[in-house]
Amino acid sequence: MEQTSRIRRILALIEGPQTLGRGPRFWSGFALVLLLACAYPAFADSYDVGNNVYFFNWLFMALGLSLIWGYGGALSFGQTAFFGIAAYCYGVLTINLGDAYGLTLFSLLAAVGCSALCAAVLGYFLFYGRINGVFLGIVSLSVTLVLERFMAQTAGPEWTIGSARLNGFNGMGNMPSLTIPWPGGPIVLYPDLPLYYVTLALLIAVYLGLRMLVNSRFGNVLVAIRENPLRAEMLGYDIRRYQLMAFVIGSALAGLSGVLYTSWGNYITPASMGMTAAALPIVWVAVGGRSDLTTTLVGALAVLIVFQLLTIHASQYALVVMGALLVITVLVAPRGIVMALVEATLRLSRRKEAR
Amino acid sequence: MHILETRKLNKRFGGLHVTGDVDFALTPGEMHCLIGPNGAGKSTFFRLILGEHLPDSGEILFQDHDITRARPFQRIRQGLSVKFQVPGIFKELSVRQNLVIALQHHVDPRMLPEEIDRLLEFLGLAHAQAQLAGNLSHGQKQWLEIGMAIGLKPRLLLLDEPTAGMTPDETHATGEMLKRLNAEGMTLLAVEHDMAFVRQIAHRVTVLHFGKVFAQGTIDEITADPRVAKIYLGEVDA
Repeated sequence: MEQTSRIRRILALIEGPQTLGRGPRFWSGFALVLLLACAYPAFADSYDVGNNVYFFNWLFMALGLSLIWGYGGALSFGQTAFFGIAAYCYGVLTINLGDAYGLTLFSLLAAVGCSALCAAVLGYFLFYGRINGVFLGIVSLSVTLVLERFMAQTAGPEWTIGSARLNGFNGMGNMPSLTIPWPGGPIVLYPDLPLYYVTLALLIAVYLGLRMLVNSRFGNVLVAIRENPLRAEMLGYDIRRYQLMAFVIGSALAGLSGVLYTSWGNYITPASMGMTAAALPIVWVAVGGRSDLTTTLVGALAVLIVFQLLTIHASQYALVVMGALLVITVLVAPRGIVMALVEATLRLSRRKEAR
Repeated sequence: MHILETRKLNKRFGGLHVTGDVDFALTPGEMHCLIGPNGAGKSTFFRLILGEHLPDSGEILFQDHDITRARPFQRIRQGLSVKFQVPGIFKELSVRQNLVIALQHHVDPRMLPEEIDRLLEFLGLAHAQAQLAGNLSHGQKQWLEIGMAIGLKPRLLLLDEPTAGMTPDETHATGEMLKRLNAEGMTLLAVEHDMAFVRQIAHRVTVLHFGKVFAQGTIDEITADPRVAKIYLGEVDA
């Protein structure tokens, strides 16, 4: 009985003061979007479906950054460091271990764990050393740039771990894709339908899990730290511990993005940790509305699609447009464009009800 | 036994000696006000007690435990609580959510809604619970923060100019609120400039001057002390 009510209380956290969207209307909309996402492969070429998994791969990193920056108020400019660490770890592990016996899944967990561990060590020095505000951004950006530089000079044959050659700026390739052991023969997650559904399921699970996390007592403290760190500490909370935990969870999600990306394209390069790559997650999250998971998700997906279209049709303008988009967001809708649209809609509907 | 005691507490900022050998003791159940001219070291003394600053030398004892080097959150968990001068609230969150964050750590989740309702009633903020805290009037913000501070059920509540910016009516209402808390057994230590308010609430008053304890006594003893008048008004006799 006690157990059931506890589970019910945890599930109830899926809605709460820290997340937009509640009640039957929101969840019907959510179900409809989910249904459309599930039905999409039926109306599209499976090659395109596999290609479009690319967009989902990045969303985990965006959600993680929303947790760290949007909810916790700590702007990390270097989430790509953890993306890269997990990506390279996955590559090295799978090239050495192979894809039999579910070892790619083990590699996924080990690679994400490695990212989380690196985030814990870096985060410990950042948060327990009271490095806040713009300095947190500078240090985290420096870390990702150092990692990029380091990996870029690993072109020589001496840079080999087991049978995995790091390959410098040319990038590391030929790692196996994620493979699920199955009684009728293993399911290899090439960019195709199974990968699409697995990534979608993972995304939904992470989104809902994070909703529960930010509406929990942990999430309450996290937003309190964003709003007023001194007051939060003077309510008896060890704010460094909460900031560190959010940083580790968010960075593990960046790591998950790294593994999924590497498994999807069987390729990873140091550029994924470079300046441009590091700046893009900030744009995705800021444009949507960093202080909410749903606006982050919608905004990041939209920006990713626009960016991809631009790189195909007008590649010389793609980054300029992204930069302009960030500037416009900061000037016109500092809380995010999707967030501003949601707020405007809510205001309109309230005005209608008042009439 | 004292609830709070400082022994030879010293703090320097560069060459400036902000508090010098402060010996101070607070009896449980007391309402004590700390007064002194600007720059007397009142705020620094407060920050030393809270752990925002660490002293250069000396000791701070809280309920006979040495908390001189403890981190602020550890002091709060031992039974200290504070209300800042500028309302330290979470502006972008609702009034109710502010109180949830203050209380969730030590109140059973099943009892939490009821406890918050009681507190909202006590603060006179029940009607505003869904509002964003940043939209409250200044006085209401001050009360909300007092609510967050007392929601921790502290043994000792520190108040840094709790009535700053309040209207006379709000100031008086705050005084009565603090007296009710004191009657329930809470010890209070307030830094305050408003002498009418000090007269309303204080059992004892300590005057700080140039970082040292200058005088101590009841409000009548303090106001009758010509030396105190002198430091407030300069060398001219009051």
